[in-house]
Amino acid sequence: MTTTESPAAPSRPDPVLRPHPLRRTLDVIGVQNLSLIIALIALCAVIGSQNTNFFLVSNIKTIGTTVSIVGIIAVVQTVVMLLGGLDISVGSAAGLTSVASAMVFTSASSAALGILVGLLVGIGVGLLNGMVIVYGRVNAVIATLATYAALRGLANLISNGRAQGYTGTDSTFIFLAQGSVLGIPILIWVLIVVALLVHLMLRYTDIGRNIYATGGNPTAARLAGINLNRYVIGCYILAGFVAAIAGILLTARTGSGQPTSGSQGLELQSITAAALGGVALQGGKGGITGTVIAVLMLGVLQNGLTILNVNSFWQDIAQGALLVVAVVIQQRRGKLRAYGLPR
Amino acid sequence: MTATPILELRGIDKSFGPVQVLHDVAFSVYPGEVTALVGDNGAGKSTLVKCIGGIHPIDAGEYFIEGEPVHVHSPRDAAGYGVEIVYQDLALCDNLDIVQNMFLGRERKSGLVLDEATMEEMAAKTLDGLSVRTVQSIRQLVSSLSGGQRQTVAIAKAVLWNSKIVILDEPTAALGVAQTAQVLELVRRLADNGLAVVLISHNMNDVFAVSDRIAALYLGRMAAQLKTSDITHAQIVELITSGRSGDLGLQNGNGAKA
Ligand SMILES: Nc1ncnc2c1ncn2[C@@H]1O[C@H](COP(=O)(O)OP(=O)(O)OP(=O)(O)O)[C@@H](O)[C@H]1O
Ligand SMILES: [Mg+2]
Repeated sequence: MTTTESPAAPSRPDPVLRPHPLRRTLDVIGVQNLSLIIALIALCAVIGSQNTNFFLVSNIKTIGTTVSIVGIIAVVQTVVMLLGGLDISVGSAAGLTSVASAMVFTSASSAALGILVGLLVGIGVGLLNGMVIVYGRVNAVIATLATYAALRGLANLISNGRAQGYTGTDSTFIFLAQGSVLGIPILIWVLIVVALLVHLMLRYTDIGRNIYATGGNPTAARLAGINLNRYVIGCYILAGFVAAIAGILLTARTGSGQPTSGSQGLELQSITAAALGGVALQGGKGGITGTVIAVLMLGVLQNGLTILNVNSFWQDIAQGALLVVAVVIQQRRGKLRAYGLPR
Repeated sequence: MTATPILELRGIDKSFGPVQVLHDVAFSVYPGEVTALVGDNGAGKSTLVKCIGGIHPIDAGEYFIEGEPVHVHSPRDAAGYGVEIVYQDLALCDNLDIVQNMFLGRERKSGLVLDEATMEEMAAKTLDGLSVRTVQSIRQLVSSLSGGQRQTVAIAKAVLWNSKIVILDEPTAALGVAQTAQVLELVRRLADNGLAVVLISHNMNDVFAVSDRIAALYLGRMAAQLKTSDITHAQIVELITSGRSGDLGLQNGNGAKA
């Protein structure tokens, strides 16, 4: 809008500029995702050059199965973050469902019932988070920090802080943990299916569009008639539900219900992955593709550090450092204003 | 008045807690006209508009659309009666593009999936209809637009829906000279196309340039509603600052009608 329309101006240019095909593929992948892919390849090259065992098919499968549980959590964390929220309780919710599903399985000796109860617990946790945030008008971080602590306590309480039940002989749980379809482990399939479904929802449905809108400008979204309360509660239920799937997979992998082991730290890992993948902490920006690539990167990094015999305490430090680095890169690249600077 | 107003309010009261912001406000809007809504800061213009838009419930009063009494409880209700509002802060999502913003909350779908092609086409047609030639691509993110372009998108969003009444809350407040002229031209064109337009502005030159009718709010009361041709610049300024001007306006000092 630099000049007022000049009479000589021809009819307006085609509103949809058709960019160069190369440019379009780049747009589809995204510059950010491309840099993540390059970083991932570089990371693999460095680790592989130190220890060629890294490239063994068995090791790659190990990475895939380890990554799958963090991965599905990171996918739903992405949704919650796009909406402008944060779910710190995902790890605790996974722990609680892990114990609950194993205990129900043991007492009812039915895997199906155990899994069903686990999923219901997850949905209940999500509903609780959503209700507290919407109707209690509590900040999402505080609300889920509270459930993070409370659910962990509850999981330890009902399990006496010990592993519960033994699912290692049940065919359903064995199938979940060790089965494979088309040569790909079930755990990885679960990640693929969850990521794909959520990606399609975000990209191609009005639900996804409204999630982005709510994260971008909640006032505008409300004025546009979008039912924000329903979206907030819905997203936390989705997060709880998928955390329950993670908890059940955890039970299957370890052969018993685990109140904390394996689920502790999932909140930090999922937030790190989403932030590294380009999901803005203030909501409305990012996508599943970036998050999934970032999850792979974190998995490769962790696997590499283990293969190279790095003290596991360093892994925690690396994890924390990575979160800060990811957010710093994001803020700077997003041309975000310096703290307090007006737009 | 021969024509029936397309939108008419009578006796509107609105309080926020103990503070009464609107007192017995009457307001009429006619198709094909630009009605300017003026008043000092805090007079209650934005509040009145939000009541019309269904954001604030009214405490008392009647709301008519084309002479029929209606009840508006949400932005969806207002939109259903053809009322579209461009808010003072525009209410656009910076992280979405022009098309996505124009269809916000009312996306076109084919089956489960968003119908991007149709939305793109309708958005382009609407912008064309408004003779907007300044945006490069309708797939541009709104965050990359200038103030005037953002305003244009917000207006285009309001007229996309075959709306009958378009209300603009200070659309030119943040704009430069050229962009202001463009937006005013757009406002005039909307009215010439038969829409009822309500324009809130603090700039009397703009008000006199485009409006057919002026409504002046003073401390939450409607001081006067007149044809622009029947009133002078000085009179309107007096109505805004003191609620009365000669025989016009509120007749006793505390703002109550005589
Ligand atoms: N949500 C609210 N809660 C309490 N008071 C409010 C609220 N909204 C507006 N008010 C009060 O109502 C009065 C009118 O405000 P309003 O925004 O309608 O004024 P305005 O005429 O639009 O002013 P301006 O020209 O500055 O935009 C002000 O005194 C304001 O403080
Ligand atoms: Mg105002």
